[in-house]
Amino acid sequence: MSKKPESISKARTTALIGRWILAVVLVVFSIFPVLWIVSAAINPVNNLANQQLIPTNANFDNFRELVSNPIFPFFTWMKNSLIISSVSTLLTVSLTTLAAFAFSRFRFKGRQGMLKSILLIQSFPNLLAIVALFTIIKQIGDVVPWLGLNTHAGLILVYSGGAMGMNIWLMKGYMDTIPRDIDESAHVDGATDWEVFSKLILPLLRPILVVIAILSFIGTYGEFIIARTLLTQRETQTVMVGLQIFTAGQYTQNWGVFAAGALIAALPIMIIYLILQDQIVGGLTQGSVKG
Amino acid sequence: MNTLDASKADFTRKAFSNIGKLVTIIIVTIVDVVLAWFAFKLFSLSYIPIGICIILIIAMISIAFLVPKAHMFKWMALGLSAWLLFSIFPIIYTIYNAFTNYGDGHLISQAQAIEQIQAQTYLPETGKAYQWIAYRSESKEYLLWLKDAEGNTKLVTQVDVEGDAEIPLVTGENGIGEIDADGAPVTIDGYTRLNRILASTDKNLTNIKFGDPEKTIQVRSPSEAAELQPLYAYDAEANTFTNQLTGIVYTDKEGTWTSRSGETIIPGYSAVIGIKNFVTFVNSPGLRGPLVTIVIWNFMFATLSLLLTFSVGLLISIIYGDPKFKGKKLLRSLLLIPYTIPSLITILIWRGMFNPQFGVINRVLVSLLNIAPNWTTNAWLARTALLIVNTWLGYPYWMLVTSGALQSIPHDIYEAAQIDGATGWQQFKSITLPLLLVSVGPLMISSFIFNFNNFNLIYAFINGGPPIPTATTQAGYTDIIISYVYNLAFASGRGIQYGYASAISLVLFLLIAVMSLLQFKFTNMWEEVGENV
Repeated sequence: MSKKPESISKARTTALIGRWILAVVLVVFSIFPVLWIVSAAINPVNNLANQQLIPTNANFDNFRELVSNPIFPFFTWMKNSLIISSVSTLLTVSLTTLAAFAFSRFRFKGRQGMLKSILLIQSFPNLLAIVALFTIIKQIGDVVPWLGLNTHAGLILVYSGGAMGMNIWLMKGYMDTIPRDIDESAHVDGATDWEVFSKLILPLLRPILVVIAILSFIGTYGEFIIARTLLTQRETQTVMVGLQIFTAGQYTQNWGVFAAGALIAALPIMIIYLILQDQIVGGLTQGSVKG
Repeated sequence: MNTLDASKADFTRKAFSNIGKLVTIIIVTIVDVVLAWFAFKLFSLSYIPIGICIILIIAMISIAFLVPKAHMFKWMALGLSAWLLFSIFPIIYTIYNAFTNYGDGHLISQAQAIEQIQAQTYLPETGKAYQWIAYRSESKEYLLWLKDAEGNTKLVTQVDVEGDAEIPLVTGENGIGEIDADGAPVTIDGYTRLNRILASTDKNLTNIKFGDPEKTIQVRSPSEAAELQPLYAYDAEANTFTNQLTGIVYTDKEGTWTSRSGETIIPGYSAVIGIKNFVTFVNSPGLRGPLVTIVIWNFMFATLSLLLTFSVGLLISIIYGDPKFKGKKLLRSLLLIPYTIPSLITILIWRGMFNPQFGVINRVLVSLLNIAPNWTTNAWLARTALLIVNTWLGYPYWMLVTSGALQSIPHDIYEAAQIDGATGWQQFKSITLPLLLVSVGPLMISSFIFNFNNFNLIYAFINGGPPIPTATTQAGYTDIIISYVYNLAFASGRGIQYGYASAISLVLFLLIAVMSLLQFKFTNMWEEVGENV
């Protein structure tokens, strides 16, 4: 806060120095793991025990190893992750927006009850129902194999179906702030509901659409436990599952390669944050917690 | 002119709307038919619950699109279908499982279990018998020639070898040579006819099953082969099995057919056992003991995580919120970094850094203080490490949230306080904190709930370890309820216990639901629904 009495006059300099020292400590705390992993990635030593912060003979051996290692089809995993996250984001956003429009614009019996139960059920962690999710996908797959276990489509369905609750609320809350006079006058002019939605409301939703899209992309990209349960074949898995499996093995001996993989896997999300920082911050304060 | 145009437009509009309605009906019918086929297939595989789910979805879609009054449900039909299948149904299924013994030994349905038990066979010592002659190939595959009491002969193949169960006894076909007086082939191409002595020294022969998988035939003695008989006879009315060899009757006890002396038939099936799972969890010391530890740690972990992340975040936004502070923007970007990396990745990095032998943290500690704390085997050190990592992961969130909230506190309040001579700490205690808590309180609850269920951190960083020695299932000192439940359901080696795991899930869900309701009350979300905008 700007109005602190300590910082009135003579104590000001001391306080400033104190702040800078604290700032340095905090920054070291916050970026050390990142520096450490960057250093590990370019350090040809490749094991945890002999890693130094400033590597001697830095090179890209670890990245080359990552490309060529057949046991860890890293770039297939990256591709899988990006496809799964993009498609489920697209699905989640479309389904939520449509549903939220109905909740925001129409008044019908059971509306309140539905909204409340959606919210309450959302608080049940998906993870606890993982046995059920596995069973459902297995049984669906017995009839329609391309939706079953080891398929991306099945996992995408699970992600999209599980993400409805909070997002419907976020979206509905935002739509409620758009005055209904707009659509009423459009209705008077003979516009259908669909026209009101697609031509009037949708363009105004851009900020919240971006927030929901980013958050669900980040959420699905980082999810690994459901993905690991439903995708058991190496080539179908996602990069997070891959990295997690990697650390279950002798990863202290393969630390450099792991680091290289971790860096590449973190890249898409870091880029999203850099570009869309302000929108994300907006979304966070509206009640979403990063997954 | 204008009115004419208008009526023309009106006409076109109506025509279009009629065509639109027709197209809707056609599409909805197609979707319904496809889904109905899907449901039918599910039912025929006896996946009843999920089949019912699909039927519900068909009903919902049809009503939403075809009943004009229900037009608003069109908008949510797809979303609700996905929600029903992948949010509601799993919860109902979990609740149901909580009252069953679904798990190792009880993984299948009753019908499947009966079928599997009925498939178990034994070789009767008396009864219908065949004379036999065996033929052996180079690759140790066998053919068996059989002759029953009426003189009927046949040549059968092994059950586990693909192809026909029986080979017609015709000379010249399938390599069959001359037929002798008994009706047996003298030679079969690629096979050696085994004489009595060869046959009786062949150890494999008596273990091989021949013929039709439904009516398997096995060699019983050098002179006889016989059809295998089902070992258990099922009495559908009494729901009992009787062992045909011993005559012991097994009655169905909660999904396991048990004899009076306590012997059981494997497999059992998944049966409803009432509240037994809940009773077990209260009564069994091996299960309850670790659970108490885990629940206490779960609350501690969530509370401490919230306090630490919140205080560090708030501290940063108070100290560096000063607009006159130079480098504020750069600092904020640097401090935000932990937030921009997928948490699983950073958790795994921290795991490497905390490695007691090779990790950088212990290497630094050894060179500075000559100590090497064992972060993975000491319970409190492991918990400390987790809290450090979680603080790192979580403070940027609170930095962002509190810096926004602080800006919305009006400045004149502080000015008034300064005039009254309030110190910085007094101002913080009686102005900043209370006002802040009002605006970020709900977020604190959701952050608490998030950490209460922070499975990723616990699982990926240390997988709940170090283990609690007295526990009968996999449980560790850093386990929280959700990771404990996950291990109950999935940990390899100790037996899968879905039923019990579901029961604990249910209790956990109730806990979370109470916390969520509290949060909704704080946020006025309930009231928001009611507003009639």
